[in-house]
Amino acid sequence: MISKLVVLIVIVLGVVALAQLVRLYELSSKIRNKGEHEISSRDNRLNARMMIAFMVILFGGFIYLMVHYGWAGRGVAASVHGHDLDWLLNINYFIIIAVFFLTNTLLFVFAYKYVKKPGVKALFFPHNNKLEMIWTIIPAVVLAVIIVLGLQQWNAATDDANDKAIRVELFSKQFDWTARYAGEDNVLGKFDYKLTTDKNLLALMNAETIADAIDNMLNNPTLGMKAIEAKLNDKSIMLSNEEREKLETTLHRNEDLYRLLVQMQNRHDNKVDAASWDDIILTGPVERLYLCKGKEYEFTFRSKDVIHSAHFPNFRAQMNTVPGLTTRFKFTPDLTTKEMRKLKNDPKFDYSLLCNKVCGGSHYKMYMLVEVLEEAEYNKVMKSMSEGDTSHKFKDLWAKANAMMEEAPAAEGADSTVVVAAK
Amino acid sequence: MAAVAHEAHGHHDSHGHHDDHGHHEENFVSKYIFSQDHKMIGKQFLVTAVFMGVVAMLLSILFRIQLAWPGESSDFLSFFLGDTWAPGGVLREDMYLGLVTIHGTIMVFFLLTGGLSGTFSNLLIPLQLGARDMASGFLNMLSYWFFFISSLLMLSSLFVESGPAMGGWTIYPPLSALPQAISGSGLGMTLWLFSMTIFIASSLIGSLNYIVTVLNLRTKGMSMTRMPLTVWAFFVTAILGVLSFPVLLSAALLLMMDRLAGTSFYLSDIIISGEMLTNHGGSPLLYQHLFWFLGHPEVYIVLLPALGLSSEIISTNSRKPIFGYRAMIGSILAIGFLSFIVWAHHMFVTGMNPFLGSVFVFTTLLIAIPSAVKVFNYITTLWKGSIVFTPAMLFAIGLVSTFITGGVTGIILADAALDITIHDTYFVVAHFHVVMGLSAVFGMFGGVYHWFPKMFGRMMNTRLGYVHFWITIIGAYGVFFPMHFVGLAGAPRRYYDYSIYGEFDKETFGFIMDLNVIITVFAIIAALGQLIFLFNFFYSIYRGPKAPMNPWNANTLEWTTPVEHVHGNWPGELPTVHRWPYDYSKPGSETDFIPQNVPLMEGEEEH
Repeated sequence: MISKLVVLIVIVLGVVALAQLVRLYELSSKIRNKGEHEISSRDNRLNARMMIAFMVILFGGFIYLMVHYGWAGRGVAASVHGHDLDWLLNINYFIIIAVFFLTNTLLFVFAYKYVKKPGVKALFFPHNNKLEMIWTIIPAVVLAVIIVLGLQQWNAATDDANDKAIRVELFSKQFDWTARYAGEDNVLGKFDYKLTTDKNLLALMNAETIADAIDNMLNNPTLGMKAIEAKLNDKSIMLSNEEREKLETTLHRNEDLYRLLVQMQNRHDNKVDAASWDDIILTGPVERLYLCKGKEYEFTFRSKDVIHSAHFPNFRAQMNTVPGLTTRFKFTPDLTTKEMRKLKNDPKFDYSLLCNKVCGGSHYKMYMLVEVLEEAEYNKVMKSMSEGDTSHKFKDLWAKANAMMEEAPAAEGADSTVVVAAK
Repeated sequence: MAAVAHEAHGHHDSHGHHDDHGHHEENFVSKYIFSQDHKMIGKQFLVTAVFMGVVAMLLSILFRIQLAWPGESSDFLSFFLGDTWAPGGVLREDMYLGLVTIHGTIMVFFLLTGGLSGTFSNLLIPLQLGARDMASGFLNMLSYWFFFISSLLMLSSLFVESGPAMGGWTIYPPLSALPQAISGSGLGMTLWLFSMTIFIASSLIGSLNYIVTVLNLRTKGMSMTRMPLTVWAFFVTAILGVLSFPVLLSAALLLMMDRLAGTSFYLSDIIISGEMLTNHGGSPLLYQHLFWFLGHPEVYIVLLPALGLSSEIISTNSRKPIFGYRAMIGSILAIGFLSFIVWAHHMFVTGMNPFLGSVFVFTTLLIAIPSAVKVFNYITTLWKGSIVFTPAMLFAIGLVSTFITGGVTGIILADAALDITIHDTYFVVAHFHVVMGLSAVFGMFGGVYHWFPKMFGRMMNTRLGYVHFWITIIGAYGVFFPMHFVGLAGAPRRYYDYSIYGEFDKETFGFIMDLNVIITVFAIIAALGQLIFLFNFFYSIYRGPKAPMNPWNANTLEWTTPVEHVHGNWPGELPTVHRWPYDYSKPGSETDFIPQNVPLMEGEEEH
């Protein structure tokens, strides 16, 4: 409290002191009979020199930052198209740095050189068509080059992936990433957000998950329609208006969803089921996204709640994930994590997948580590993820979750979902 | 806040002036509060905007402290945010986003749109065109009071229990549509939307008035090609506003419907905090298209007035005609037109069709041409001039520098291929702060220093102006230069804390933190520099030395009006215009300036 008071007093005294100084300055101006609008040639020259001094500081600071930090943070690109993009960036950089130095130099040097001098009149020079043509045409030509080079790269980067590209889906939600590999058939199983349950976090679609989702919609001990109806009709429970309204909203929603799920079930074709069962699911940030050096990956992106953005700084790749829309991006990693560690001289370095679209309070914590392996190692890891105890195949995860549900004491109904979710 | 200006005005106006047009006697309320006089309304806009600017700057310092010293307790934070938002002096992560959002919103809309256009269009359009007032004084008054109400609503959202809007100033749904997604998307977001709706109404009323005034109320001889570039800039700005703000209103209305009426314009297939929503078929991309259809012209709504002001200031203080007057008008028009067909360059990696992206690469890079023309014309205006460094002139030169520096990085961002890696990183933050934020703020400061004598009849202190400028430009570059390099490293914007980098990339983490400390230190220096301006501004309103009628020896008509404001601007007849406004150092003339109302001499040619 006292310290705040002291700060306040210091501020007040500071303002008073400044006011007195200004008063003094004004009195002295008055004595010299000089108005505030008349700029003395001393002030003029001082500011002119400051222009040059500032330019030197500006350029010096820029060069220092460029040398010290310029490319350091970016590091070497770790994907095939990343090298091309960095090349393009360097060309563009060369152009804009040249323009930056040239025009800023002209600006500050002219400001210095043509400061008012007694007896020298300014040149009346209202226009000159030739000059104006020159500085319309030169930028136009330079920009044409930039546009052509840029569009070539853009088309290459966003073009369709090779048919053989490995298909991986990145699923985003507040505040983590989940990777889903297409498995042996290299076909990602279908999905529909209405199928989301504690056992099927990615909402994959097959006959079993549909039946389960319908059952869940009806019989879930907390949010199932039966449970809600029972609660609403139970005269022994006192519900506030708000609680009642909320339950009714949920009930109405669930009725709609239930109807849609049943329609889905009727239309479902069991032939597509296999595609989802063999998908391999790895959940970040605990589990990693494994990639194979030299293989092309076709990523599709999905979001459960709000917009996120899949940002791979080292692979020079980024795409937003949008609820209700599937987006895509492809790239081919070409430096393994080990190679990058050596290059960076940092044995603990890892590639990362960051979220780059504000998605909530913990936005900054949403990431997944990426590990690029040589083909042999990669195959080994993926094999261990698709068989035995360590299997992350959807079929096996599903079976495990079901087994757990049965083990969980049925009596504690309400808690069972929590248990599964926690595991 | 506006009351300060009123009192100030009263202070030096208390000698009373004769109302030469025989209008009714004005009482305090009609003169200072519900004034319909464009000069008073301009001052009301300015003082309100200065207050909003100070708030927004303070917010930025609060979150910069968190970024430089994450997790460390700060008395400064706990003093302003208390235990609710900064428990133990450490900023809460959702409030961090709240501060960022409101900082951006206030700076873009309230300071640089309302403040810049509102102040100078109001003050200068009638004065420089030789009009008695705006076409509609009443609508003009409404425009200010809508602005005032929307300012109050926006500020009040900072005091809401669930916090202000937190989705970033672009408030992308679904984050902004779903209260379950983040606490700020509750009442705070509703207030944001209401505030902006009223703001848009204010802006539209104002803009229509400016357009009508420019088209209809020019004095005799003031053809369109004799208008000062300031008025040209305000005119095109107003047209951009009228065409684009309604689109933002529609975006906001649809968002309100999604929030309040259960529609699905922007929502599809969402599960949020365990609730499975039934909304289906909406598209978040629709919002982005609508938002940026305003959002991009908005950049020029902010920038053009600043460029207009600096054209006038640079020409006057170089004692030279602005180089390429018609080319300057042409570039303003070209920039205005192109600004409507570039919006999707904000959306290259949002899932939009990449082919559409390539079209927008092309149109966006075209804007660099008229911008380059403007820069070269400014530089040529300085060449062989006789430069007088008033504080306004310093800021105008600063504007040209930041316009260049921020403009060239735009070339990188406009290139879709390069945007992949730097989209939404600090590179973007640095780019738009330099090209739009700094340039517009410098233009605004320049305008205040230059036209302060016209507004308040007194002079600001020049020396304090110098100190203010040099601290500001050094601080500003010190903040935003390093930021480019944070962005080049791929560091995402709107991160509360970069410590997460420690998990996987120690080197990058180390240098992001280094740069963040540098940035914050410069930000604090720059913010303290603004205190000098505030002191100078308010002190000079009351006690500055009396201004002469034409302190800068300028040509435009506002300097032919008496220092003491009169209703109707000119005590007698309206001036007649005989020449363009840039006859500085014209050969054959005794003085180095010839005001617009001086008839051509015998045998003299118009420029």
